[in-house]
Amino acid sequence: MIDKTVSTVAEAVAGIEDGSTIMIGGFGRAGQPVELIDALIDQGASDLTVVSNNAGNGDLGLAALLARGRVRRMICSFPRQHDSWVFDGLFRAGQIELEVVPQGNLAERIRAAGAGIGAFFTPTGVGTELAAGKEERVIDGRRYVLDYPIKADVALIAAYRGDRWGNLVYRETARNFGPIMAAAATTAVAQVDHVVELGALDPESVVTPGIFVNRVVAVSPRRWVENGEFVGGVDVDGEPLEVAR
Amino acid sequence: MTGIGRVELAARIAQDIPEGSYVNLGIGAPTLVANHLPEGLEIILHTENGLLGMGRAPEPGRVDPDLINAGKQPVTALPGAAYFHHADSFGMMRGGHLDICVLGAFQVSSAGDLANWSTGAPGAIPAVGGAMDLAIGAKNVWVMTDLLTRDGSSKLVAECTYPLTGVGCVSRVYTDRAVFDVTDGGFRVRELLGDTTVAELEQLTALTLEERS
Repeated sequence: MIDKTVSTVAEAVAGIEDGSTIMIGGFGRAGQPVELIDALIDQGASDLTVVSNNAGNGDLGLAALLARGRVRRMICSFPRQHDSWVFDGLFRAGQIELEVVPQGNLAERIRAAGAGIGAFFTPTGVGTELAAGKEERVIDGRRYVLDYPIKADVALIAAYRGDRWGNLVYRETARNFGPIMAAAATTAVAQVDHVVELGALDPESVVTPGIFVNRVVAVSPRRWVENGEFVGGVDVDGEPLEVAR
Repeated sequence: MTGIGRVELAARIAQDIPEGSYVNLGIGAPTLVANHLPEGLEIILHTENGLLGMGRAPEPGRVDPDLINAGKQPVTALPGAAYFHHADSFGMMRGGHLDICVLGAFQVSSAGDLANWSTGAPGAIPAVGGAMDLAIGAKNVWVMTDLLTRDGSSKLVAECTYPLTGVGCVSRVYTDRAVFDVTDGGFRVRELLGDTTVAELEQLTALTLEERS
């Protein structure tokens, strides 16, 4: 019997080694696997390269990992935000390396890694300083630059529902990087709001097939937290959870 | 000489978006355009974090943290909406599937080059997000901006001095003083706004402007 589910977030992140490249899903807070990041902080791996669209918001999740000095290098498209004070401080102090990649190229580089593509030509960034030094080619009259895949040792992603074979569905715009990061990592770890029975997910609607997923852990009910207060969530049918007042 | 306000400009841009268009409105002022799309016309808004069919902001108390736009603000999804992952979303741009993208700008050159992601200031933390993808990612890339910066210099320039976002990508510029098309011969005045004259525009921009024939 195949069972990719694990019962704790500690098991879900077990074995991550120092110096690993870790993809972390999410766009801002939507789809950020906060519970898995917290578990990674407790697990203790350091000298990490983190691939994520942003470089942390506020003091939780990725920002907390950064604050503990565990990350040597960030690969992202948009580190600077109104609430990225943790990253900003580390960067200004020269305590973290940064590679900025245009968002669509970042997504395609991750997709390429999962799809076994060796490199690709992209029109995004042509003629800009972010394409400096890259091979350029004119194809069918349009300028392109050569970009390479980004793969990872581990992906930490958040999905909505998953089964023991690792099939996943997501919720709304929290899907963002989840499917492509799962495919691009040697070990893909998904936290889900709800683990469901095998067969409960409609095969027509599975977004990430289980072949891309190695571990699934339920964090139900997921915390939607604002200013330290639980503000909501959804049940397995997508209905809002009661918020205790 | 006075131009028009930002809200009026957003409404002016909205008039030019045909029914059936797939449109991405950039972060900042361009998002105002959404408030002025004609009622009853089906115009489908794309937000690059993974949604087609974006609706307005939710009512207070109905905020869903999983449902946000590229500016990370809470939004709603209209009937007929679709969600997708980031690689598909940016494929929609690069692949030429979006009809119109409206962006802000620091500078636009007469060759249609766009600078809108970095002022190149020393010590600034670089952050590009989807700006470079959007700049080359629609059949029509429109810029919405004031003609002048706060210190009175023109945002329409012969050549950009700020770091480029995209090369030769802008097709039209909507400013508070006039609407310009970018042509092979440089900026062409498409429409004057407020009581602006072409002579005044040439003085403010220090550019030779074509007039619409």
